[in-house]
Amino acid sequence: MGGDGGGSMELQPHTQHHIKLSEESLQKQTTTLNLGPTHPATHGVFQNIMEIDGERVLETVPTIGYIHRAFEKIAERRPYYQITPLTDRLNYCSSPINNMGWHMTIEKLLGLKLPKRVEYLRVIIMELSRIADHLVCNSVIAVDTGALTPFTYVFQYREKIYEIFEEICGSRLTTNIGRVGGFERNFTPASFAKLHDFMKTFPKVMKEFESLLNRNRVFMDRCIGAGPISAERALNYGFTGPNLRATGVDYDVRVAMPYSSYEDFDFKIPVGTVGDVYDRFMVRNGEIWESVSIIHQALEKIEKIEKEFPDQKEVFYAKEADHFHIPAKEDVYTKMEALIWHFKIIMGEIDAPAGEVYHSVEGGNGEVGYYLISDGGRTPYRLHFRRPCFIYYQAYPEMVEGGLLSDAVITLSSLNVIAGELDA
Amino acid sequence: MTNEIIQQRLTEKFGECLTEWSMPYGLLEFRAAAEMNLKVMQFLFDDEELQFRFLTDLTAVHYPNKKGEELCVVYHLHNMSAGIRLRLKVYVPVEKPDVYTASRLFSGANWMERETYDFFGVNFVGHPNLIRILNVDEMDYFPMRKEYEMEDPTRRDKDDEMFGR
Repeated sequence: MGGDGGGSMELQPHTQHHIKLSEESLQKQTTTLNLGPTHPATHGVFQNIMEIDGERVLETVPTIGYIHRAFEKIAERRPYYQITPLTDRLNYCSSPINNMGWHMTIEKLLGLKLPKRVEYLRVIIMELSRIADHLVCNSVIAVDTGALTPFTYVFQYREKIYEIFEEICGSRLTTNIGRVGGFERNFTPASFAKLHDFMKTFPKVMKEFESLLNRNRVFMDRCIGAGPISAERALNYGFTGPNLRATGVDYDVRVAMPYSSYEDFDFKIPVGTVGDVYDRFMVRNGEIWESVSIIHQALEKIEKIEKEFPDQKEVFYAKEADHFHIPAKEDVYTKMEALIWHFKIIMGEIDAPAGEVYHSVEGGNGEVGYYLISDGGRTPYRLHFRRPCFIYYQAYPEMVEGGLLSDAVITLSSLNVIAGELDA
Repeated sequence: MTNEIIQQRLTEKFGECLTEWSMPYGLLEFRAAAEMNLKVMQFLFDDEELQFRFLTDLTAVHYPNKKGEELCVVYHLHNMSAGIRLRLKVYVPVEKPDVYTASRLFSGANWMERETYDFFGVNFVGHPNLIRILNVDEMDYFPMRKEYEMEDPTRRDKDDEMFGR
């Protein structure tokens, strides 16, 4: 892992101000280890300069910012609809949740209320991406503990989720899905077919994934007790999402401050007890099952709406959002009014009202917040993303110091730190 | 608990130090004198009734036209058991942007303050390690301030007037 650091090379610690080696390291009593920034075990661009004694981690200093892209600054010159692709690139394992959160922020600013069918469709998309996000994280924990099979197995189903996204919005990873007020187009019958197929086959695969790992002695011995954090410390550090719930705190934005009609759904919040790697793993597994149940409920609700009001089948955005929603192509080509709106929207000439909004959604890793200040213009005056990764990654030294180096690696993967979200 | 109760409780305690009360989109918002930020947060944290013990977000905003209070530091605090948030703002002059650090109260404020320092140059007095976090160490300006334009100002093909901006 990055060489032996304090080895034979002549080091001049006082001329290089950014690498300060401790006295023990210089006297070769401990080893300074450079983990990252590009190491397969870190799953992203993170650097940790660790001071280790044998296999014990004495100290670790994380360096972040390797893929900082100044999204908040860029957003100050972008019209609202052009900021959606920026949010894709925060947590790119669950881009649709970020997209939806951003649309909802603008909708809150505009005071829009969406039709129920649209909100349920959004719930389906968000829960699918939550499943995809958790599948990545949990299977990667398995990889870091030495089991590659579950990873390759469940990734087929992540692929199927991406196919559903592709059918709806045309892209897979960085989706740019949905628009202010709803969706860019209605869900096609093919996307529903793919969704039903996924819902039919996925639970079996998930069961197998769980039977491979949940009670696997080797896996349990490896994960239980690794990288723990208490509920009190986690709250003090600003943890949210599965990592907070693994410590036993049942805070979930979907329940605490429901958005997009989550209050209509019946689901549980899985919680852990000691907040170690195993608890985080189990909480994510539990959430996948809850997401499956939420999608089933949403499909039923949509079916019920469509049976009762057949004209609702064509509803995929709020009519009041007309000034933000690009008109249908056939109207653009034949009607003057639609053509004007199309032009105005594409050129970003739609002003939003002045105001300050904070809106948050439950992302794959926790509370993704958008603090938007609009001065009434075409772009935000200021936009700040509350990125859960950025906030909880600072607890990483506290979680791994005193533990084994190999525990530090699985702690990092179980926290599901996504470089895009960390650095914005 | 409602916004009115929180407002009443805080006014009882701090009186004139807290001003500009408002409730945009249902979220209680108020302004505190810059040197009071930590005292207000400590009170919100300790008070058995209020219990705002979770720091959701911390950031800053630059208003170059507000003379003497160009930088606004914004805190979003959360009472998880009651499910209620509030927004606390303090304004500081850009020449002397000093506010007290909240990192002793909330461990999570450590990096959030470093980020705010990195982009706006807000000096968090008492912060244990106030250095840049996302930008390079060698950077000698604070890029999120409004004087740094996003696009090259010499470009003529992107004249703002053409678009009514």
